[in-house]
Amino acid sequence: MAYSEKLIEHFKKPKNVGTLDKDAQNVGTGLVGAPECGDVMRLQIEVDDDSKIIKDAKFKTFGCGSAIASSSLATEWLKGKTIDEALAIDNMAIVEELALPPVKIHCSVLAEDAIKSAISDYKSKNSIEETA
Amino acid sequence: MNSDNLIYLDNNSTTPTDPRVVEAMLPYFTQHYGNAASRNHPFGWAAESGVDKAREQIASLINVDPREVIFTSGATEGDNLAIKGVFEMYSRKGNHIITLKTEHKAVLDSCKKIEKQGGQVTYLDVNADGLVDLNKLEAAMTDKTILVSIMWANNETGVIQPMKAIGDLCAKKGILFMSDATQAVGKIPVDPKATGVHLMAFTGHKMYGPKGVGALFVNRKNPRVKVTSQMDGGGHERGMRSGTLNVPAIVGFGKAAELAEHEMEDEAKRLSGMRDRLEKALMSNMEECYINGNTDNRMPHVTNISFKHVEGEGLMMTFNQNIGVSSGSACTSASLEPSYVLIALGLGDDLAHSSIRFSLGRFNTEEEIDKTIKQVTEGVNHMRDLSPIWEMYKDGVDLDAVEWSEH
Repeated sequence: MAYSEKLIEHFKKPKNVGTLDKDAQNVGTGLVGAPECGDVMRLQIEVDDDSKIIKDAKFKTFGCGSAIASSSLATEWLKGKTIDEALAIDNMAIVEELALPPVKIHCSVLAEDAIKSAISDYKSKNSIEETA
Repeated sequence: MNSDNLIYLDNNSTTPTDPRVVEAMLPYFTQHYGNAASRNHPFGWAAESGVDKAREQIASLINVDPREVIFTSGATEGDNLAIKGVFEMYSRKGNHIITLKTEHKAVLDSCKKIEKQGGQVTYLDVNADGLVDLNKLEAAMTDKTILVSIMWANNETGVIQPMKAIGDLCAKKGILFMSDATQAVGKIPVDPKATGVHLMAFTGHKMYGPKGVGALFVNRKNPRVKVTSQMDGGGHERGMRSGTLNVPAIVGFGKAAELAEHEMEDEAKRLSGMRDRLEKALMSNMEECYINGNTDNRMPHVTNISFKHVEGEGLMMTFNQNIGVSSGSACTSASLEPSYVLIALGLGDDLAHSSIRFSLGRFNTEEEIDKTIKQVTEGVNHMRDLSPIWEMYKDGVDLDAVEWSEH
């Protein structure tokens, strides 16, 4: 697979690899995918309670180059956004940024799912209503 | 052989053409360029002579009569010819074929085709080691069974089937035995007649010959085996495979066979030493690594290893700027399905996604093995640092108990 330079860069030097304390009140954790599928992404956000801005984001991914690059990119984009802005991140933006080949588009979908899952977790821990 | 720094460990996929083979082929492009079927002039005679010699070299390698070697375009064609050719030729005797789930797609897809034409096919399971169960094979045989098709050595795991035992069973039941021996011929001693194999497909490009040429062994006597041709027009190769012979490639194939006959034994020893060293080092450098397939009955140059909690395509990306291998991961296949061979071994999708096949060859060096050990170890460790399921495993989480949100 001939990947784009940006993708390879994210793969070789992924951004924000790591683990946040999932029990912390202001941390939301999203865990999506399954080992049998060959893709598991764990994406975590640390939210500033007052401004609702995402202060920090970390990820770890079991998956191919596209999956790792997609989740690395997602954490970069999340930092500094509000939760609502983060919810607007669309997988096709990831596809374009990394020039994902068609057969790898599902990796960007999983990254979007991971973002939404992390936000949903944060909201439910802080009793914030889910917006439609 | 390779430009600086490139290491080729994917010899089960194809092999470099041996320079001595290329040298043997060259005169047949611009000097002896005649059609081998032109019997009336020196141009044809020279080409025919090259083909005759190659046929003898190949026959010698597998210990058969040259008249039993039918040239094809490769093993895929040989598999098609054997399966479809037997099905059509022996239709009055029966319509049932038995094969294994771990066969190459050239066999499986040929079987699917004859199912559409009214044939019955039994696809047997293998055990966790990749070996056929002889009792199950015997139980599957009926009075309508006309062919058993079982590969000599598996392309993904290197596992070698109990060929003589299968041959004896087929002989006892009067059923033809066909084998896709692509991964075995030229690398280990392969004697179809001594084994009870009546048809055998193999190819040049897996044994340091050129791509685009192969052969099907068809037993001539006791029993006399015939196949209905699949390629018609001219009656070449005793009416079994029409088409002008690819003379330069055939000559190359013959030379490759001759080299293999003389060098095979020493080469197998050398390669198995390097393979064992690679395998031992990787297994001891890292935990949670698993070798796939029976290790007692295995090709000397292959190791298929699953690195748990690390996905195969991603792992390959950590070293594929200079090392070439293959993976059973879904992410490397166009169909996004993981390796059906590894699944048939009962591996579970997650280990199939984590598998890498290293297949060594004639031109690999000890130094390349050293570099590979280092780079693969670094790659696995890097990927495990990125892997949430590795972290969970280290934290003592029972991954089988987790409820994953599949999509």
